[in-house]
Amino acid sequence: MVSLSTPISDQKIRSLKVGDEVLITGTLFTGRDAVHKYLHEGGKLPAGVNLKDGILYHCGPVVIKDEQGQWKCTAAGPTTSIREEPYQWQVIRDFGLRGVIGKGGMGDKTLQACKEHGCVYLHAIGGAAQVLAQCIKRVRNVHMMEQFGAPEAIWEFEVENFPAVITMDSHGGSLHKEVFAASQAELAKHV
Amino acid sequence: MNVSQDSLLELVRRTSTEIPDDVHKAILGSLEQEKKGTIAESAMKIIDQNIALAKNKSQPICQDTGSIIFYVDCPIGYDQIAFEEAAREAVKLATKKGFLRQNSVDSITGKNDGTNLGPGSPTVHFHQHRSPEISVRLVLKGGGCENVGAQYSLPNEKLNANRDLDGCRKAILDAVLQAQGKGCGPGILGVCIGGDRATGYEHSKQQFLRKLDDHNTNPELDKLEEDIVGTANKLGIGPMGFGGKTTLLGTKIGVLNRLPASYFVSVSYMCWAYRRQGVTLDNDGKIERWLY
Repeated sequence: MVSLSTPISDQKIRSLKVGDEVLITGTLFTGRDAVHKYLHEGGKLPAGVNLKDGILYHCGPVVIKDEQGQWKCTAAGPTTSIREEPYQWQVIRDFGLRGVIGKGGMGDKTLQACKEHGCVYLHAIGGAAQVLAQCIKRVRNVHMMEQFGAPEAIWEFEVENFPAVITMDSHGGSLHKEVFAASQAELAKHV
Repeated sequence: MNVSQDSLLELVRRTSTEIPDDVHKAILGSLEQEKKGTIAESAMKIIDQNIALAKNKSQPICQDTGSIIFYVDCPIGYDQIAFEEAAREAVKLATKKGFLRQNSVDSITGKNDGTNLGPGSPTVHFHQHRSPEISVRLVLKGGGCENVGAQYSLPNEKLNANRDLDGCRKAILDAVLQAQGKGCGPGILGVCIGGDRATGYEHSKQQFLRKLDDHNTNPELDKLEEDIVGTANKLGIGPMGFGGKTTLLGTKIGVLNRLPASYFVSVSYMCWAYRRQGVTLDNDGKIERWLY
């Protein structure tokens, strides 16, 4: 198990390999479909959102306001990342991301961007909304709630020991490519 | 709030926060099967912890609380309009309480009014029967697994799939291969052979009302269901697509007649966070018993 704290250095990212299990502590910003399209079309990050050396989490959480008017995150698993494949490489390049958390893996463009700019893809456990919400110690802020609605907004989470697995590293390794190729070859024997 | 609204809110709460026993059993089986010390085993452990945590905290198993699909079996003369009104109110309240995410978006404007109400949300299917019983089943189906559903039109040259059960088998296994870990495996397939493009998908989803440990009444399809699970679990896709032994926890196959010109195989994928519950209601709208 590797500990990973934000902000993350290039050197640290380069030390991570496919199959490594990590526990993340620090700041996560969420961003999913609407945010990626917005940034791809030249949209500016709102003040207070800094992705440099940070981690973007593909997540649309359930967040409710408690009696004191504080945000409380009650469910926060990853969403399917492949939908951001057309945009992710650019977001990595332009905003200096070191990590992208999601599920299901991403494609060649993202893999190439990870290699070029020093970034990794971290696979969280899809559907494990409670285990992952427990790792969120505080909801610091929310941005673009009006435009995008709660699931698509940019949430700023303070997390502790958030579990994930490196499934795409900064050396061109992708567990998703490996498993796809092996399962395709195996299937050919059975049909 | 009237009685059936109260009952439906409780149905939504339990569906969103508690995994049905038959599914939990299958998940525990998968946890046991995965090789110790692998990331597949880690994934199954987190999934198991998550199930317990969601139940104890009465919070959603998965943050994507999905499409809200009610299936109602009711006697002649049952007030369907009143049911739909109660269902809408229950959904609105469940959203406010955080049992459901604000999950319904206007497809043109992109606006999410936060109520989960709108065209197609919730969806209610009524089925009238001659028994006095009123039963309400609810499926909450997340978007990740919905996106990896697939519909094949046979013959399919690329898959060498002809218009027979072997062709259906090839199409279904291709859907498993293409889905990989994107639908939050280990998954469960609902399949419909036949029908048209709309009824095929609809019937494939209705298969999710069946219990995982039941048997298909058609022996040929029963065999095919077992074969699909057995073969899929040899592919090494595993939990989350991490590689591993359990790719599928189950497959359920239904059949509709087709037109001579059409031969559809519709595959719906359900994630491990298989949220399905049901109740029977008495005449006052109170919950009599739970169905799963």
